[in-house]
Amino acid sequence: MGGPMKIRASIKDGVTEVKVLMQHEMETGLRKDDAGKLVPAWIITEVKALHKGRTILEGQFGTAVSKNPYLVFHFKGAAKGEKVTVIWVDNRGDTRSDEAEIS
Amino acid sequence: MNTDLIRRKALKTGSSLALFGVLGAIGLIRPGLAHAEWKKAAFEAKTMEEALATLGVAAAESSAAIHLSVPEIAENGAVVPVTVTGSLARMEQISILVDKNPNMLAAHFVFPEGTEGFVTTRVKMSQTATVIALVKADGKFYRVSKEVKVTAGGCGG
Repeated sequence: MGGPMKIRASIKDGVTEVKVLMQHEMETGLRKDDAGKLVPAWIITEVKALHKGRTILEGQFGTAVSKNPYLVFHFKGAAKGEKVTVIWVDNRGDTRSDEAEIS
Repeated sequence: MNTDLIRRKALKTGSSLALFGVLGAIGLIRPGLAHAEWKKAAFEAKTMEEALATLGVAAAESSAAIHLSVPEIAENGAVVPVTVTGSLARMEQISILVDKNPNMLAAHFVFPEGTEGFVTTRVKMSQTATVIALVKADGKFYRVSKEVKVTAGGCGG
């Protein structure tokens, strides 16, 4: 399982801003190692964010998303103290879920 | 059984339960949403035409209501911040493409009702190229693009 995500969620005027920093190599599959062999692709392919069991964002990544992916999005209908959960899955089937309280 | 073993057993059970919960959360939502499957063909597309076709885009109008924010010059092509936002009604999807990358499509986002048509992320750019934001709003596609000059490519890392 990958390292924990940093998630910050804060509400202002009814809109919750969620900032997520994931920990992942995001290896493109196009880079060669010192021996000249291609390093296989290793990337997060899917990201999902949930609030009270409802999907608030679905994302799909290709090889061009930077290492340690960063994401910011805005949604309505939440309140302070409630939680936002973010889940990712990578192309090796590894997965990680973290949550943060809305401040 | 000593206490250490009990503790370990509890930890093991706990972590597998947590994993089960995660898989359950993903699995529960996936069957109802066909588009939730990873768009392999779109992410592996090598030309812009192919990438747009696999995303189901026949025609995309340019729109002044969409704002694409990228740096004019990126000193590090491995980390180029991209923000896409817009004032169109019911923005459903935002895709971010880079025209000179080996694979055009970088990221694709779907916004359910209640989530704003807004996203910020960071992408890799192999060289100076045009970043394209493709937006689906109320069933129609729109695109805006901007050139980013890359002074050091994103292929090395």
